[in-house]
Amino acid sequence: MKILFFARPKLVLLALASVVCLSADPVYAVRVKEFDRSGKLTVTEMSAAEQQPQTSYDIKNRPKEKAFAVPRPPFTEGMFPCSQCHTYMKPNPQQRVLTEYHTEIVLHHAEGQRWCTDCHNLVNRDKLRLVSGELVDFTESFRLCGQCHGDKFRDWKVGVHGKRTGDWNGDKQYLLCVHCHNPHDPKFKALNPLPPPDRPGKASH
Amino acid sequence: MSDTKKCDDHVLHKSRRKVLKGLATGIGLLAMPGREASASVWEEFFQKHFRELSKDELKRVIARLEKDYSKQYGKQVTVKTTPAIEGVRYGYGLDLSRCIGCRRCVYACVTENNQSRTPQIQWIRVIQLNKEKGVDLSYAEHYYNPATVPEKGHFYMPVQCQQCEKPPCVKVCPVQATWKENDGIVVVDYNWCIGCRYCMAACPYGARHFNWAKPVIPSNEINPSTHYLGNRPRQKGVVEKCTFCIQRTREQPGRYPACEEACPVGARKFGNLLDPESEIRYLIENKRVFIFKEDLNTQPKFYYFYAT
Repeated sequence: MKILFFARPKLVLLALASVVCLSADPVYAVRVKEFDRSGKLTVTEMSAAEQQPQTSYDIKNRPKEKAFAVPRPPFTEGMFPCSQCHTYMKPNPQQRVLTEYHTEIVLHHAEGQRWCTDCHNLVNRDKLRLVSGELVDFTESFRLCGQCHGDKFRDWKVGVHGKRTGDWNGDKQYLLCVHCHNPHDPKFKALNPLPPPDRPGKASH
Repeated sequence: MSDTKKCDDHVLHKSRRKVLKGLATGIGLLAMPGREASASVWEEFFQKHFRELSKDELKRVIARLEKDYSKQYGKQVTVKTTPAIEGVRYGYGLDLSRCIGCRRCVYACVTENNQSRTPQIQWIRVIQLNKEKGVDLSYAEHYYNPATVPEKGHFYMPVQCQQCEKPPCVKVCPVQATWKENDGIVVVDYNWCIGCRYCMAACPYGARHFNWAKPVIPSNEINPSTHYLGNRPRQKGVVEKCTFCIQRTREQPGRYPACEEACPVGARKFGNLLDPESEIRYLIENKRVFIFKEDLNTQPKFYYFYAT
């Protein structure tokens, strides 16, 4: 009885210690295995101190994209700001066929899975809405498009997707995705070609 | 009898030599500008190779050209001689998965670079190719003219000077009137070119064009901002070619080439190959890239790529 009684505090302490040890994120030394071009395997030991501390992935507090110089979005004449009409209307989140206004918009952009308010904010109509719930301006719509089209967004930022003008060694002018792609029907439209070159012998000297 | 004949032969022989000598001198004199020709014609006739001009001589040459061009087109034309920027080697990227063959680049180039309207000279040629055959030039067509482009089953490949690292055109020029600058641009000194067109025969890309007649450009369409090695007005009998818009791209800050600016689909990319952050380096490192007629080892700095 007496022995058991004495042993109890020790057990409690041990249990406490183990809980403390396990709950703190233990950092262990790791071995990094890499194959070089010739196929040779190299193993490098990284001590706990050498490892980078893991940062949390917080979608709400992501570092903001760098500012891209873009012209004004191609709004339909007299449409923006949307709030000039929508402030007096009750927001209706119901998916339906529009019969009164915006009838010219025919959604041809994954229409089976999408509805206006997936991109347009329901309450503040002058803003767009990201999946995270963050509201963005129409001038930053590339962030909205980039949520699905990440590969294009990556290329666009470095100037490889889309048209970028300005100075090759200075300030560059970007275009928004919507300047070339109608967001409701994004396929690039066919153009008329300019005249072909003269055939040889056509010009008189 | 025979003596007189011998004597006659002798006289005739001598006189023939004299006649030939006289003829040669006469023709030589005819080829030279006449006495009444203006001073600028004489100066042009005796102008040295561009790279052998001293600073003062170059100044005089530029002043003369600016005066002549301004008079000819009725507006102030400037001729720059901006040298290559150090640490720059230009590279061009063209996205074949985007190009729709609309030829906007062709006409932007014509306007920017003062190409002759009649007879027509165009530095860019857009060829229509068959999607099933790929880059096979036996299926190429460049006179296509449908109502809208792109046409089904086809893709488009604009071809212009590839600014080769080993340019065969430079190799064959008998008078060194064409050479590769330090930033990789292959240029022509139109005042040194003799019009032999060896370079046109040597170029595997059809990128060089000859002024068969006096180039005609309406004076309201002339681009007055010119470069000596680039878009200054040319004369009859010289060869010309794309210079990556040397008059724009050598400035600091320098604008993108006119074709890049005109492309409605953003298929054209331009940048410094020596800058790891440039778009041209990004696309070479991340995209599927090919160079045209690689087997000829001309080592073009014009990279066709597929962004998708």
